[in-house]
Amino acid sequence: MTETVNEAIADRVQHHPFFAGMDPTLVCAMAAKAEVRKYGAGEMLAREGRPSEEFFLVLDGKVALEIGGADRLVITVETIGRGEILGWSWLVPPYHWRFDARATKPTEVIAVNAATARYALAAHPALAYQFLMKLLPVVGERLENTRVQLLDIHGH
Amino acid sequence: MVSLKVGDRRVLERHEFPSLFRALEAKGYRVVGPTVRDGAIVYDYLSGVDDLPIGWTDRQGGGMYRLERRSDQALFGYTVGPFSWKKFLYLPRERLWTANRSGDSFVVTPEPTDGPPLAFFGMRACELAGVAIQDRVFMGGPAPDPGYSARRRRVLRIAVQCGQAGATCFCTSMGTGPGVHAGGADIILTELIDHHRHHFLLEVGTPEGAEVLEDVPLLPPAPDDTSRAQALLAATAASMGRTMQTEGIHDLLMKNLEHPRWEVVARRCLSCTNCTMVCPTCFCSNQEEVPNLAVDTVERWRRWDSCFNLGLTEMHGQAVRKSGLSRYRQWLTHKLATWQDQFGTSGCVGCGRCITWCPVGIDLTEEVAAIRAAPAVAATSEAKK
Amino acid sequence: MATEAHPPLGDHPLGAASPVHHPYAPRPFVVRANIQETPDTYTLKLDPRTPGDRLSFKGGQFNMVYVFGVGECAISISGDPAHPEELTHTVRAVGKVTNALAALKPGATVGIRGPYGKGWPLDSARGRDVVVVAGGLGLPPLRPTLYELFRRRAEFGRIEIVYGARTPKDLVFAEEVRDWLTRREMRIQTTVDAAGRDWYGDVGVVTTRLPDSRFDAPKTTAFVCGPEIMMKLTAQALAQRGVPTDEIWISMERNMKCALGFCGHCQYGPSFVCRDGPVLSYRALAPLLAVKEV
Repeated sequence: MTETVNEAIADRVQHHPFFAGMDPTLVCAMAAKAEVRKYGAGEMLAREGRPSEEFFLVLDGKVALEIGGADRLVITVETIGRGEILGWSWLVPPYHWRFDARATKPTEVIAVNAATARYALAAHPALAYQFLMKLLPVVGERLENTRVQLLDIHGH
Repeated sequence: MVSLKVGDRRVLERHEFPSLFRALEAKGYRVVGPTVRDGAIVYDYLSGVDDLPIGWTDRQGGGMYRLERRSDQALFGYTVGPFSWKKFLYLPRERLWTANRSGDSFVVTPEPTDGPPLAFFGMRACELAGVAIQDRVFMGGPAPDPGYSARRRRVLRIAVQCGQAGATCFCTSMGTGPGVHAGGADIILTELIDHHRHHFLLEVGTPEGAEVLEDVPLLPPAPDDTSRAQALLAATAASMGRTMQTEGIHDLLMKNLEHPRWEVVARRCLSCTNCTMVCPTCFCSNQEEVPNLAVDTVERWRRWDSCFNLGLTEMHGQAVRKSGLSRYRQWLTHKLATWQDQFGTSGCVGCGRCITWCPVGIDLTEEVAAIRAAPAVAATSEAKK
Repeated sequence: MATEAHPPLGDHPLGAASPVHHPYAPRPFVVRANIQETPDTYTLKLDPRTPGDRLSFKGGQFNMVYVFGVGECAISISGDPAHPEELTHTVRAVGKVTNALAALKPGATVGIRGPYGKGWPLDSARGRDVVVVAGGLGLPPLRPTLYELFRRRAEFGRIEIVYGARTPKDLVFAEEVRDWLTRREMRIQTTVDAAGRDWYGDVGVVTTRLPDSRFDAPKTTAFVCGPEIMMKLTAQALAQRGVPTDEIWISMERNMKCALGFCGHCQYGPSFVCRDGPVLSYRALAPLLAVKEV
C-alpha cells in the first residue's frame, strides 16, 4: 500500500460519521490497514462463529444482521446502513462474529483490519478511550432497541 | 295567602312541620329524605314526618358508624349517612336504550327520562356542593347526559343547615359548608331546639321554594332567631372532626406520584370500592350490552363502576392500573387534584363518608398531611407549564 | 322483503325512535366492503343507512363502533376526510367486538357513535417540516391526516414518514405504502422488528430510521402513533434531536366506554382521552409518561 492510498482511505474513514471529530492520529493509526470494498446483493460480509478479522464502516447500501439457521428459520434482527459501524466483537476475545452479516443490496464499505486497529488503540490509550466512548453508546442503543423488539409491542 | 320573595325569612313551628310535607305532595313532589334503616340514616322515599330520624344522631370515625339516641327529639340531629343524593340523580343502574333487530339493521329506542318531581328533603351544605359538582360533570359538557339532566331539573332542594359537625367532617376545609349560601337551595331550614321551643328558621332560596311555601303556615322570625342560627353554624364550623390543608394541593399530589406514602396506604387499602360508592361526587360508570336469548332485542345499561376495579383500565387483556397502589393513587389524585383541571373545582366536599365507610379507616386528610409533611417536591402555587 | 315488523332496508325510521342527538344511541351503517389487510387486520368501508348520518371528521378522531348484541369499542377513523360519504375503519381482531367486526360481510350493519376526540393539529404545522412516525396499528389513525398533508403539500416543508411493523406481512395498507415510496413530494421509510430473507428493507425499531430522516428539528412538528412504549421512545428521540416538545403530538389509547367524558374509564392524569385526546401534546404528557401505572 502506498502512502497516497493510505491517506485517501484514512481521509474517508475520518469523514465517516462514526469517526467524525475523532483525533486524526488515532484515525490514521487505526486505518493503517483498511480498504474500500464492494459487496453485491446477497453476499456475506461476516459469518457467525468465524474469526472477526475486520470491522466495517458502511458507506452506502444495507447490511442485514441475521441469526438462526440450523433447525430455525433465519431472521434478520437488524439492518445497518450508510454512516454506521458494523462489528465490535473484534475488540474483545475470543474475537468471533456473533451473527451473520449479509448485504441486502449493493453495498460499499471500508473494511478495517482488526489486529491493526487493536494495536493502534493499545498504543494510544487516551485516544482509545475516545474511541470506546463513541462505540459504547452505539452498542448500548442497539441493545436497548433489541430489548424493545423483544417486548413484541405489536403482538398481543 | 302571603306571597313570599327570595331571601325572606320565616319561622315554621315543629307541630306545623307536617304541613310542609303536605304542601310538597300537593304540588306533586315525591319526598325523598332521611330515615333510619339497617342501623343507619339512609335516604329513601318518605310518606310523612314520622319517617324522619326523630331523636337520632350518628357517631362516626375512621371505619366506624353508630346510631345513638339523642336526649331531644330533633328531626335533623345527625350529619351524613352512607347514601348521598347521587343515587337519585345518577342512578346506580340505568337503562339507556333498547334496540330491536330490523332486517339487517336495528332500531334504537332511547329510554324515556320522564318521572315524578322529587323533593330532596334535608340536604346538607356539603351535599348541595356535591350535587353542584355532579351537575358540572353530567350537564356541563357539550353532550349533557339526558337522564341526569331530566331528573335534575325536576328536583326541589330543601336544605337543612348542620347544627353539629361529625368526627369525620371537614366541609370548612373544602369551603362547602356548614352554612348554605343564599340561593344555594330552594328552601333553607335551620333547626332550633331547646327546652322551651322547637322550631325551624326558614329562608326562601328561589321562586320555586316560595311557591311551595304558599300554603304552609309560617310566622315571622323572633328577634334572636337569626343570631341563634348563626351561632349554631359558627359552633358547627368550629367543631369539625377533621381538617385538610388545601393550599397548593394540586401540585403537591401531582408532583409526588412516586412518594413513599402511596406504598403505606396501599398496604391497607382493600380496593373494596366503598369510598367511591358513598362519595357524593364519584361518577365512574360501566356500560353493559344485555341481549335477550334470541338476540333480536338488546338493552344497553349503565351502572356504577369504580376506579378501584381492575376492569376499569383493562386494555389488550390486562389492566393498566394493576397494583392497588396505582388505583388508590388514581382515586385520590383525581378527587383532589386533576378534578380541578377537568371541572375547575375540587372533587371533594369534605363530607367524610370515605373515612367513615372505609373498612380499614383510611383517612384522606391524613394521607394528604403525610405527603405534605415530607414532600419529595415542595407544594407550589406556581402555574403548571 | 318488507313487513310491518321489519321496515324495508334503507328506510330507517329516524324520527322519534332514534333522535340523532341522543348521545348513547348508535346510528346504523351498512358494510360495503371488508378488506383483509394482514392476517389479523381488516378494513371496513361503511355507508350510513340514512344519508343524513354521514359524518365529517378530522384525522385522529375515532368512533365507537357497535355490533348488535355484542358491544362497542373505540376505533380510529382511517379513511379520507375529504370523502365523508364513505366511512372507513381499520380493525385488528383481538377481542370480542373486534373479532365480530372482522367477520362482517357486505350488507351487515354496524352502529356508529361519533366522531369523538381531538385529531392531529395539522394546521399548526403549516410552514414547518412534518415528521410522521407510525408503529403497527398506529398507521390507520394517521392515514386521514396523511391524505390531507399530501393534498395541501405546498403549505408544509419537508415531509418525512417512518412506518414500522412487527414483520413484513403485518404492514397495513401495503399497496398504498408501496405507492407512497415512489412519490417525490415526501419521503417514507419502512422498517420491521424482524424479517426473513424475502425482505430487502430495514429491520429495527422506528427510531433507527430517524438519523436518516432530514428535517429542521426546531422548525418541525411531529405526529407519533403506535404502542405506548414506541411513542415514548420516539418522542424522546425527536426531542433529543431538537424538536420542541410542544410540537410533538402522540395519540394515547385507554379503555373507553362512553367516549363522552362521563364514565371515567379513559382518564390519563387530568385528561379524558376520549375528549381531551386521543391526540395529546408530548410536553404535557411527558411527566406522566415517566410514571408507571398512571
